[in-house]
Amino acid sequence: MTLSRKFTYSLELFGAYVLAILWILPLLYAFWAAFHSSSDAIHFDLTSPLTLDNFRKAINQAPFFQYGINTFLVVGFLLPLQLLVSTLAAYALVRFNFVGSKIAFALVLVQLMITPEILIVQNYGTLSKLGLVDTIAGIGLPYVASAFCIFLLRQTFKSIPKELEDAAELEGCGTMGILWRVYVPLAMPTYLAFSLVSISHHWNNFLWPLIITNSVETRPLTVGLGIFAAPESGVDWSVISAATILSIFPLLIAFLLFQKQFVQSFMHAGIK
Amino acid sequence: MKNSAKNIHGWLLFAPAAILLVAFTHYPTIATFINSLFSNQSVIRPSRFTGIDSYYMLFEDPVFWKVFVNNMWLALGTIPTSIGLAILMALIVNKAIPGRGFLRMSYFTPTMLPMIAVANIWLFFYAPDIGLIDKVLGIFGFDGHNWLGDPDTVLPAIIIMTVWKEAGFFMIFYLAGLQTISPELEEAAQLEGSSRWNYFWRIQFPLLLPTTLFVLINAFLNSFKLVDHLFVLTKGGPDNASNLILYYIYETAFSFLDISYASALTVFMLAMLAVTALAQFFFVEKRVHYR
Repeated sequence: MTLSRKFTYSLELFGAYVLAILWILPLLYAFWAAFHSSSDAIHFDLTSPLTLDNFRKAINQAPFFQYGINTFLVVGFLLPLQLLVSTLAAYALVRFNFVGSKIAFALVLVQLMITPEILIVQNYGTLSKLGLVDTIAGIGLPYVASAFCIFLLRQTFKSIPKELEDAAELEGCGTMGILWRVYVPLAMPTYLAFSLVSISHHWNNFLWPLIITNSVETRPLTVGLGIFAAPESGVDWSVISAATILSIFPLLIAFLLFQKQFVQSFMHAGIK
Repeated sequence: MKNSAKNIHGWLLFAPAAILLVAFTHYPTIATFINSLFSNQSVIRPSRFTGIDSYYMLFEDPVFWKVFVNNMWLALGTIPTSIGLAILMALIVNKAIPGRGFLRMSYFTPTMLPMIAVANIWLFFYAPDIGLIDKVLGIFGFDGHNWLGDPDTVLPAIIIMTVWKEAGFFMIFYLAGLQTISPELEEAAQLEGSSRWNYFWRIQFPLLLPTTLFVLINAFLNSFKLVDHLFVLTKGGPDNASNLILYYIYETAFSFLDISYASALTVFMLAMLAVTALAQFFFVEKRVHYR
């Protein structure tokens, strides 16, 4: 490397790090503020003492533990149902050339564009007729049939060689046996990819849960945090920071631990 | 397998998805359209057919035009900047440089945060006088400013926050795109003595065009769907300066309880999304086939 190339290289490296630090700084600041008293956070006093008071106050003022359980329940029930419904639908689309399967697929694709977020008004009406307002099931139900998941699985299933299927049939596998022993195992990367995308989406979802819930027993973390931090509630900065950290840390830790899988999942889901 | 058995099997497997999709996507889409043609039902007055009255109302509603224009400014302000930064980040992270893991993590982490948490964090930065931004500007002798309370600065403030949140997400798609470009091209360019700048503009950027169009359209759709932050930051204010279509729909339906008008607004938004999706289908799928 010549001297001038070495110089540009270090300059680029420096730029890359400046950008990275700039990008992570807002989050680091929220962390820092959560562990310091409000007045210290405002004056940005780096030598001020650490404290856990903010977390104590946040937990005392709002039931974040309950909110966390609710979020967990939503994600925990929704994901397996999404995978089940989508697997059956994708299998039907790929393997059974049933009458109307082309139209069926077109109807699936409609939901890629018209996501449930946009139909909040009408879906609220439907759920209140079903008596599911303010229930965990109500938060998840509109999302159970995921066009995105059906689409991803259909693409994956289509790439599975017919020979494998024939071999399984010879071995005595029935229709469901083939799905379970051939298709599902070979689509594992797709399942993982969709799962991570779905978990992060529904952990972070806000608007629909806000509309459909109105009690502590059902409210997920995002909605609890949104209500907690609304300007009119007049809570101080450091406590809001602590509440924010409380709400994001489970997903954030999962992300930091499985960073590679998360990034690859988003890539995988995006390319298809 | 016989054809009839195939049909029955196929439909049975597809049925759960079909029922749910119809119940929560197709039926509400059609019902929204029908509702927009009828007046609101109240205790004293039943709903009656009003035709396209609510669409007249829509076109004469200054707030509607305001939130629509806001949405367009938001898209214009966030998308090109986010895409530029995303390409830059992807180019950085795609190379074997020291601390690559840290860099990728820093760029991507905001994407993993819920928008509501992002809003909480940035609310503090934008706070007048005591917020971080005013503190920093104060060092240079600037006076404090109510960034979110001033109609002139509220939208730019939200744009900056959104860029921070989204650039890392788009980076992922560019990373995927970059990995499909053969490394031999770079070697060839180097042998020919082509500069890095030249290599980017002549080789990488054109080859990333399908990615750019994909990101462009998805970012555009996202800019209409993402309104969570308004609940914490501004509630659409001051004087609707930061209000967006979906938030306006929410207000109309759940605060003003005007289902008829909320339905008309929703139909408008659905039409916009449909046009975008069709553009994607015809423009992107048909024209961009480099690979």
